[in-house]
Amino acid sequence: MSEELVRIDAVSKRFGKNGPIALTRLSASFFGGHVTGLAGPDGAGKTTLLRLIAGLLKADEGALDVCGHDTLRAQGDIKRDVAYMPQRFGLYEDLTVIENLHLYADLRSVTGGARTDTIERLLRFTALEPFTARLAGALSGGMKQKLGLACALIKKPRLLLLDEPSVGVDPISRRELWRMVYELVDQGIGVIWSTAYLDEAERCKTVLLLSEGKLIYQGAPETLTQSVAERTFLVADITGDKRAVLTRALDAPQVLDGVIQGDAVRLVLKEGEKAPNADVLQAGPAANVISTPPRFEDAFMARVGGGAKGASPFAGAPKHGADNDEIVVEADALTKRFGDFTAADRISFAVRRGEIFGLIGPNGAGKSTTFKMLCGLLKPSAGAARVAGLDLAKAPGKARARLGYMAQKFSLYGDLSVRQNLNFFAGVYGLSNAARKGAIARMIETFDLESYLNTNAGSLPLGYKQRLALACAVMHDPDVLFLDEPTSGVDPRTRREFWGHINAMVSRGVTIMVTTHFLDEAEYCDRMALIYRGRAITSGAPDALKRRAASSKNQNPTLEDAFIALVEDFDRKEAA
Amino acid sequence: MNERKNIPRDGWRRIRGLTRKETLQVLRDPSNLVVAVVLPLILLFLFGYGVTFDPRRFDIGLVVEQPTPESGSFSAALANSPFFGIETARDRRAFEADLIAGDIKGIVVLPADFADRAYRGNTAPIQVIVDGGDPNTAELIRTYVQLLWANWLQQESISRSLPLLPALVNVEPRIWFNPEVSSRNYLVPGSVAIILMLIGALLTALVVAREWERGTMEALLATPIGIVELLIGKLAPYFALGMISMLISVATAVFLFGVPFRGSVILLGLVSALFMLAALGQGLFISTLARNQLVAAQVSIMSAFLPAFYFSNFVFEIDSMPFALQLVSYAVPARYYVSSLQTLFLAGDVPSVILTDIAGLIAIAGGFILLTALATRTRLD
Repeated sequence: MSEELVRIDAVSKRFGKNGPIALTRLSASFFGGHVTGLAGPDGAGKTTLLRLIAGLLKADEGALDVCGHDTLRAQGDIKRDVAYMPQRFGLYEDLTVIENLHLYADLRSVTGGARTDTIERLLRFTALEPFTARLAGALSGGMKQKLGLACALIKKPRLLLLDEPSVGVDPISRRELWRMVYELVDQGIGVIWSTAYLDEAERCKTVLLLSEGKLIYQGAPETLTQSVAERTFLVADITGDKRAVLTRALDAPQVLDGVIQGDAVRLVLKEGEKAPNADVLQAGPAANVISTPPRFEDAFMARVGGGAKGASPFAGAPKHGADNDEIVVEADALTKRFGDFTAADRISFAVRRGEIFGLIGPNGAGKSTTFKMLCGLLKPSAGAARVAGLDLAKAPGKARARLGYMAQKFSLYGDLSVRQNLNFFAGVYGLSNAARKGAIARMIETFDLESYLNTNAGSLPLGYKQRLALACAVMHDPDVLFLDEPTSGVDPRTRREFWGHINAMVSRGVTIMVTTHFLDEAEYCDRMALIYRGRAITSGAPDALKRRAASSKNQNPTLEDAFIALVEDFDRKEAA
Repeated sequence: MNERKNIPRDGWRRIRGLTRKETLQVLRDPSNLVVAVVLPLILLFLFGYGVTFDPRRFDIGLVVEQPTPESGSFSAALANSPFFGIETARDRRAFEADLIAGDIKGIVVLPADFADRAYRGNTAPIQVIVDGGDPNTAELIRTYVQLLWANWLQQESISRSLPLLPALVNVEPRIWFNPEVSSRNYLVPGSVAIILMLIGALLTALVVAREWERGTMEALLATPIGIVELLIGKLAPYFALGMISMLISVATAVFLFGVPFRGSVILLGLVSALFMLAALGQGLFISTLARNQLVAAQVSIMSAFLPAFYFSNFVFEIDSMPFALQLVSYAVPARYYVSSLQTLFLAGDVPSVILTDIAGLIAIAGGFILLTALATRTRLD
């Protein structure tokens, strides 16, 4: 067994006397020589734990021993042995790459020949050599993260703490980062990698799962995954509505959890239960239920007791006729130029009624620009955006009345109560008095907000915050709902609940537009366009994209593999 | 063992590294140079050319009801005075509308019996009508006319070889330190204090808050840097920046506006350095409490910039304030600095004034730096 670098003994932390509890009597150990994943949704206590280990916070109770030093008494020693990369990488954006490195070399007393060698080695390691004179602020997300890592590694630490290093980083850079981290581990450095993504936690040798400040699992991810072995199934070759199949499956007594996975429905069964019959699920004549290897997320869901059951309260009578071929959202050679820079370059696609359509791509690829043009928030330089047949450039007000928008991180007023938020948004949409009362009552009923009406939005539980944000976005009964990274950083359980509401809305004929760089979220889409360097480089159903990326080496690529393959393919063609 | 020996040297290297980083950031962000160089010049030009509390030239109406040699002589005295622009008429009604409209600031009436009453001495032979809605101007006009009258009476007595009329009070004003009584001479040195306060408190508060906001403070605190090193590394570049703008301001004041400088440059440097420390200390203290730039800016304007403006004798006289407010002014570093600046510029090295000011500045600077050191923690909570 490799050496124990961190021992945490019954540590509790709370912010302020009556503030939120971040950690409750947590005990754990971290070892050198491998990557330990620290996984959990936003607000689970990951950052707090890392800061405690780095000696940046003081525990209320319990003791932390880091590299043989007590965090309270030997703060200085810990800072010498531990390198910490905070969430935003700790870079000075107005300094160049090399200036950032020199600053951290000064701060960590790396001098003389060792300094020249280290900086040279790190630049090579991170492939930043050509960019030494570039300002850190002008680097891409992936390059910033690599520079942040280089700054943290300027003096070889015994323990490296990475706080959500893959947030805002495209899959390609993320893969490179993993390669670099494995190299460090080979040199004997212990790495703690915190993440909200369970697929990332799965790659670590051991993992600590946090939920609401409590440790819910510690050990090898495979061990947890194996706990649901033989209990995971795919309902494949569905004819008809896969979302309806999912709803029926969730209502089946033997099913613990279910999600849409491409064209299929993925199910986790309760212990000792048999898979439901495809006929019971009314999945169509060709459908069959096949066993599939378990994933870490399946096990996580089983550990927390499964997701929400059955239909969302939002399900109801179809909003429109069954005319599902009507084009509701249309981008026609949409182009946006900022000076010399083309943020969106002739992007075209069409979305039919009742479809979930995703714009997928790394940060800065042009997703948001395209999204904003479709919502009428940005004026295209060329091309046209149409919603429900209305040109956003010509009739922005009318078109906007037909769409709902839910921003990333829910743009609610945290210090207004649920009722006040609903009232405010009803007013914003210009609903008349009678219509307003009706709409608010309907929202309270469908989203079951009655018991929280006088609670401030800021102190709602996450799931209810999400409901309220959704209620505020759909109060005016829009035809199209725009979602901006709706569930990134949200725990799988709340995410399922959210998509349950969305699926219910889709079944009523609402069209959904999603942007995300988070590929788990992309699985929920019917079709998507991959946006890269301002261009829609390809589009299609998730499974179609996966098939396109399949090779003899990787016969069952994940969406992330597909993404990387398609982007690399595009880069090769561009270079040629 | 070897590592222990290197600790002081490591400390200096960290300070140097941090100072270099801050300097690069200052040089790269044009808004810093605007605050350090352009803003002082704008303020100096504003106070040097724009704002003045000096007597101006007033347009008045002169009513001569009965022209006589005496009234002619007094009219000439009025017209020759640099303070008045004169228009003459025979009837006061000609000017009433102008006074109401504000086109003229007052009416001086020489009555028909002006010549007869002029030498009797006990009753005022002239009438001054002023607009009480503008009391400062009204008072100034009244005083000027009175002085002119006394002056004219004496001249008349001498030229006619009459016995000198007993002047009730013989005022012979002699103004020390600022013989030209030019408000520019005390406004320009005073504005140096305002400029340094801006750089010291506002800029420092903003840059530290920015580190918290952008998350770089977290990375910085995770390195072996200590509190003292952090404070020195942060303060040094802004101290230098402040001293540069002080030199620019003083040079502009002396060479462009011709404000006299009678004290010693060394004392000026010393007092400025202390004031700068007090301002930086206040800025740092604000930024350790307010971890976002908006709050830091608001707090530093409310607690540093505005008090420097109001409680420093720069524009508003402290002696004429209510007692409670006078007490407040003792906690405002600009009070001591403006006093020293005005003394050094206009009077010279006056030890009793400068030493008191130095003591005040040391107390305030020390207080803020101590508070900051206590409030800054090398932890995040």
